[in-house]
Amino acid sequence: MTDDHTYDVVIIGAGVVGTAIGRQLARYRLRTVMLDRCTDVGMGTSKANTAILHTGFDTRPGSLESALVRRGHELLTAYAGRAGIALEKTGAVLVAWDAEQAVRLDDVVTKSKANGYLRAHRITLEELYRREPALGGGATGAVVIPDESIICPWSTSIAYATEAVGAGVELRLGVEVTAVTRDADAWLLRTTSGSLRSDWVVNAAGLGSDLLNHQFGHDEFTVAPRRGQLIVFDKMARPLLSSILLPVPTERTKGVLVAPTVYGNVLLGPTAEDVPDRQDTATTAVGIHGLFDAARRILPDLINEEVTATYAGLRAATEHPDYQITTHDREHYACVGGIRSTGLTASLAIAEHVVDGMGAGGLSLAEADHEPAVPHMPQLAERATRAFEDTRMIEDDPAYGHIICFCERVTEGEVRDALRAPVPAVDLGGVRRRTRATNGRCQGFFCGAAVAAQFASG
Amino acid sequence: MTVDALVVGAGPAGLAAATALKLGGTGTVLVVDREEEAGGIPRLCEHTGFGLRDLRRVLSGPEYARRWVERAVACGVEIRTRTMVTGWSAPGRAEMTGPSGVLEIDARTIVLATGARERPRAARLVPGTRPSGIFTTGQLQQWVHREHLPVGRRAVVVGAEHVSYSAVMTLRHAGVHPVALVTDLPRPQSYRLFDLLVRVGLRVPVWTRTSVAGVYGRDRVDEVLVRGPDGDERSVAVDTVVFTGDFIPDNELARLAGLSIDPGTRGPACAAGGATTAPGIFAAGNLVHPAETADVAARRALSVGRAAATWLRQGGDRTMPGATERVRVADPLHWVVPNMVDPARAGDESVLIRSRVFLDHPHVVMTQGHRLLASYRLRHMIPNRSHHIPSDWWGRLRPGQDVLISVSPRPGG
Repeated sequence: MTDDHTYDVVIIGAGVVGTAIGRQLARYRLRTVMLDRCTDVGMGTSKANTAILHTGFDTRPGSLESALVRRGHELLTAYAGRAGIALEKTGAVLVAWDAEQAVRLDDVVTKSKANGYLRAHRITLEELYRREPALGGGATGAVVIPDESIICPWSTSIAYATEAVGAGVELRLGVEVTAVTRDADAWLLRTTSGSLRSDWVVNAAGLGSDLLNHQFGHDEFTVAPRRGQLIVFDKMARPLLSSILLPVPTERTKGVLVAPTVYGNVLLGPTAEDVPDRQDTATTAVGIHGLFDAARRILPDLINEEVTATYAGLRAATEHPDYQITTHDREHYACVGGIRSTGLTASLAIAEHVVDGMGAGGLSLAEADHEPAVPHMPQLAERATRAFEDTRMIEDDPAYGHIICFCERVTEGEVRDALRAPVPAVDLGGVRRRTRATNGRCQGFFCGAAVAAQFASG
Repeated sequence: MTVDALVVGAGPAGLAAATALKLGGTGTVLVVDREEEAGGIPRLCEHTGFGLRDLRRVLSGPEYARRWVERAVACGVEIRTRTMVTGWSAPGRAEMTGPSGVLEIDARTIVLATGARERPRAARLVPGTRPSGIFTTGQLQQWVHREHLPVGRRAVVVGAEHVSYSAVMTLRHAGVHPVALVTDLPRPQSYRLFDLLVRVGLRVPVWTRTSVAGVYGRDRVDEVLVRGPDGDERSVAVDTVVFTGDFIPDNELARLAGLSIDPGTRGPACAAGGATTAPGIFAAGNLVHPAETADVAARRALSVGRAAATWLRQGGDRTMPGATERVRVADPLHWVVPNMVDPARAGDESVLIRSRVFLDHPHVVMTQGHRLLASYRLRHMIPNRSHHIPSDWWGRLRPGQDVLISVSPRPGG
């Protein structure tokens, strides 16, 4: 039976993991569709995280997460270069603040080696303060992790989706799966916008992956959402640090970090709070003040700078200390759950791993005639030459010479492009994530209406 | 390209400074502005009340803005809009982007008049979610008067200073019901007339000693949590919140130019006539005093333009040291402008001071170390409003030591 609603693979969830799997499947002769109940890609955990490309130095040695983070770091570093996703290899310093933490630094280096990352090493306090002069006083020791990087989380999901869509994968947003049944030869998914049949189903539903897993008759894990509140500081704070400043991790959490962002801001967070509600992305007074207290010690000058934004994201933690990726060969069902805070880094490796598993489980992986084309994403990196400063771009199209978002220096041409892209912005948030417009210190005081008007007129 | 004077910002202050520069005999005076049109914030304030102190008449905001544009152009000032200064490639050399592309302009003198903005919700650390329906007054005015976009049905206005009342008028114009003004201070801070018009005329209450404890909603705001004087929190069902006032200078270009920043205003530290810590760079308007009404900004900017013109006539030597004696304020004072002292200009212009709290009959005391320079008795001080004191005490200054301004309320006052 072949009709408009019959697929080889349906991917439920178009976050960074779902879109990476869509992109991976795009190279094969398959009819694939990515579904998401949100109206844009990357709207769950994928958009509200610390935007760090991890080396995996502090993952659990021997775990699947360790292997996929290490491989994902390599793959995404290369992909970001080709797709024009903003990425900066700032390195990280992990700082101990008391005698007990200092003792544990050698364990950090040992664990890093066990994870296959060999470049982490101790530095003296003198070197630490030379590298980070604005760091608060009283550090007792430090480890440098030279390859920890910062990346644009929004462009990553959008780039994957764009590449997949360009190669023929369908993307259906604003569609929620309401019921799952099976007949002799296919899955039947009922959705808020019609039914569809598929040979294989991939569950990449992030925070909802356990509930969806139940619908497929499995219950290997339960998602316990962990909320992380984050504060973005003004670009004027950016000179205060050169690397990502990490605390000594505990069993429970990686702790509060201070990191530069690729947009030229400084990020402080996250908190780690277990919350009952899977949609509770509210910030709290307690959370924000706790982060300020942490900053007072780590980077005291930071708190004198203006705050540009505060937000909260939910990580899809489970009761297990590792990713929960299972391919049910006989059922043609792959579940990709428990992708905690490292999903952005590991995304491409997770996709490889999952698709390999599906291939081994019987999915036919015949290569398509054309290799998917890597898209060129709009340049969002503060360090790069952006549209407003690119003489050639403005000569070719004066719309790039018309800055409409002043704080972030986003031009009319870039907003227009975001509305016409293969995976276009469908609301103001979508414009924000594709261009940085209204993301700056004025939060729309100057440009909010103009950006909204350009959006409204298309 | 080289100009004698580059003015960044074509609001009332920038236009006034440019006009004074030109009238002071300066050759080429170029004003650049990143907006579509020159005129600054008053362009977006449809209500009346502009021009009293500088143009000696009462105009609507757009009319007022047009007058200043006409005046500047009439005396030979060149204005370029849609042109944004994005940084400095060298001292005195501005990088900008405009319709003709990327360019650099060398200027013998620069006047920064980049204005101020209202602190948005995030910068005020108000917790909650991030739905649509959250505005600042500036954004609301452009939304309503320039782009004619729909706003909402019911709104809470955060703040009770001049601009908050402006937000109420804009909401009413857009058909939005203002549920209340909310201020954590004990009284509103605007003119009594505005307060009566809004409270009695429009029946919009002002909730004093009340703060916003959270803003919630999924796609659209549906609830604002307010905390009253007794600490009790209650929910207000609205779909719109306007954060008003709490102005902060748009100081990025000043900071990128390496100017010293005043801890009170967060704008560049300035002496009389807008001289900053970098010779040849002047600052005017609400970048310096966040935020005065347009007429006050324009009037004070005229003196900045004159000072810049004089500096050019005297040779424009960038190696000369600028003013150095700083003026600081003690709690509960908020800021003072000018916040550097030029003894040669004692008495030239008034000193603006602000308090963070209401004070009755405060005694304002200027000291340098243990030395009393001057003291004045004011009738009252109102937060978010400036109070003028004379500047003749600048002449009694001894070099090399900062000045401290403090207040002592009269006992029982």
